[in-house]
Amino acid sequence: MSIQEKRKIVNIISTLLITSIYFWYVLQSRPEKAMTTDELLSFWATSLLILIPVSIVAKIIIHILFGIANTIVTREFDSMNSDERDKLIELKATRNANYLFGAGFFLAMGTLAMDMSVTIMFMVLIVSGVLSEIMDNVSQLYYYRKGI
Amino acid sequence: MSKDLIRNNIRKLRFHHDEMTQQQLAESVGVTRQTIVAIEKGKYFPSLELAFRIAHAFNTPLEEVFLFQPENLKK
Repeated sequence: MSIQEKRKIVNIISTLLITSIYFWYVLQSRPEKAMTTDELLSFWATSLLILIPVSIVAKIIIHILFGIANTIVTREFDSMNSDERDKLIELKATRNANYLFGAGFFLAMGTLAMDMSVTIMFMVLIVSGVLSEIMDNVSQLYYYRKGI
Repeated sequence: MSKDLIRNNIRKLRFHHDEMTQQQLAESVGVTRQTIVAIEKGKYFPSLELAFRIAHAFNTPLEEVFLFQPENLKK
């Protein structure tokens, strides 16, 4: 298995882990009292805004640790360099992920149009965000394995 | 684009250049070893620039590295 494929698998696992742990923590710390729509909007928007830097920092740490572990095990230095094939694969995978997130966004707006709760709308947005991230990595894995 | 139309002789050319390794070729053309592996296996078709770089690394014309086989179009 190439270093690029290993990195994608690490990405999938870290995305699932970070998002699950973060939202488990957010839902635990959610106020017990019933919230108004404005309070709900503020709660979910804040949760999402905090998730972005938390996720970036956690992923950087995970990738540094992975790089060190991989170098120790394989004795090969992971230069993180990417060439034209890596960039083409990344572009195609991003396209697939964007299609999925677009569909999720459309679905999220649909929940609001059907008078569903703001919580459901944010849940659909978050799930489609996570799924599109996974789609990105799975697509890259597929293109590295099957060729482009 | 059909994958049967283009073949390459990179493995043979590496052999004839003192068993040049995939890593050495990758470094001389500025890509990763995995990209050379993918090109050799026909899983990736390089850009025109990279194709010329590979030919230049072997000091040989492009058409000796990559072969276009239009007869496979009929299949």
